[in-house]
Amino acid sequence: MANITQAYNRIFTLDELSEKKTAIHRINPVIKLVVTLIYLLLIVSYGKYDISKLIPLFLYPVIIMTIGDISLRPILAGLAVAAPLVIGIGIFNPLLDRTIVYNVQGMGISAGILSFASLLIRCSLTVTAALLLLATTGMNRIAAALHRLHVPQIFIIQLLLTYRYISVLMGEVSRVYNAYSLRAPNQRGISRNIWGSLIGLLLLRTYDRAVRLYQAMKLRGFENHYYGVNLDRLNKTDIVFLLGWTAFFLIARFINIPVLLGLLVL
Amino acid sequence: MSHHKIDFINISYSYPDGNKALDDINAHFLHGESVAIVGANGAGKSTMLKLLVGILMPQQGEIRLGDIPVTKKTLNMTRQQIGFTFQDPEDQLFNTSVYDDVAFGPRNYGLEEKEVEKRVVNALRTVGIEHLMHRAPYKLSGGEKRAAAIATVLSMEPSVLAMDEPTSALDPRSRRRLIKLLQGFMHTKLIATHDLDLALELCSRTIVLKEGKIEYDGTTAGIMTNTELLEQCGLEPPLSMQGCPVCGHK
Repeated sequence: MANITQAYNRIFTLDELSEKKTAIHRINPVIKLVVTLIYLLLIVSYGKYDISKLIPLFLYPVIIMTIGDISLRPILAGLAVAAPLVIGIGIFNPLLDRTIVYNVQGMGISAGILSFASLLIRCSLTVTAALLLLATTGMNRIAAALHRLHVPQIFIIQLLLTYRYISVLMGEVSRVYNAYSLRAPNQRGISRNIWGSLIGLLLLRTYDRAVRLYQAMKLRGFENHYYGVNLDRLNKTDIVFLLGWTAFFLIARFINIPVLLGLLVL
Repeated sequence: MSHHKIDFINISYSYPDGNKALDDINAHFLHGESVAIVGANGAGKSTMLKLLVGILMPQQGEIRLGDIPVTKKTLNMTRQQIGFTFQDPEDQLFNTSVYDDVAFGPRNYGLEEKEVEKRVVNALRTVGIEHLMHRAPYKLSGGEKRAAAIATVLSMEPSVLAMDEPTSALDPRSRRRLIKLLQGFMHTKLIATHDLDLALELCSRTIVLKEGKIEYDGTTAGIMTNTELLEQCGLEPPLSMQGCPVCGHK
């Protein structure tokens, strides 16, 4: 019971972190969004066995977390949500692709293990980058940045409403689960027999709640238009941030930094 | 456009399940009036307010805000004039900060950001929560949420306040603060409530609904002393008019 209630209370932790005033938080949201997008595109552009080339890219989240004063905990919590999906996708790689590609002290490493590890690293990096964008910018300013980049309003409104709906859904789940648990103290979890009816009930309750929210929006003149928050103009720091990271990403993409460092050391 | 009066003319409304919520309601409200709408659960109080703001549309009759009938075509205009607060303030707070929630209405009506800011600050100052401007709404206490919900409609500078159970789930101090706040508003106020003490303090006029019909429409003092009619309508005299529970002294 505590887990669901805690999860509900944690939903907006990242958004709250975005109110900090560090150097990273002060960077223009449009720039942070663009840098994150470049980072994501870069990561997905790597081949499925390119592990060593991915290593330098850990620098980006580490630096953002350090300067942005973001603790690891909320990021790990977010990763834990995404992890089962990625593990589910890649878990069979080691079984399907058994070609030995490396031998480390007599132990063969198959291409499947390599591609699975690469998938996990890429998932960790992309999810972390997205969570860090939220934690250093906040959903409202991300939406404003999308607006500035001329993303159609309908997508921005959908994004904001979906973000809001998560909390509505989680709030209802928390309430229903608490009410159930208090009257079934000896049970662990919810009995499988009522999963169906409970999910149906949740859907109806969240739908009702969403309707009331929508009515409240309509009463205050909502006409599917997005009126975002004002963003500051770009300054020198923003440009340096953009150019610096883009240059680093390009170097990391076309030069195998770990191999180069290894050669220099040797 | 004159907003000096609100008219409910022969209003009837039935919910899709067949429940007749309102049956031939006629009521007229003057500019600046404070009117309590009371009645037992299911008497039709909330339905009356929802019809006024166009969340529901009457199946029979007409509602007029000044000279303008409340229809789908005029909703944009009439909703700008009526500030409606829901029974659950959380339904009204859907942004990530109090500021954005209060600014939501003015922004939708296309006001300049400078004017939006002025209105937000004024509305928050009026309800006494200016210091909570940048807080996340879900982190506020019940009383603060209620105040924020009221601010969200005040920022639209409406001429009518329609409130559904404004004191529900408030602690005594928050309730007292809310009553004082509402006493300072010169808007036309329509308040659907079970809190008859609130009605007694705030509203000079009370409408009592029973099964979708008006059973009483007159002075608040007049109905609060009519124990027989109150009981017929599933109500009790306000606590302040009942005897002391310890010594029985009135």
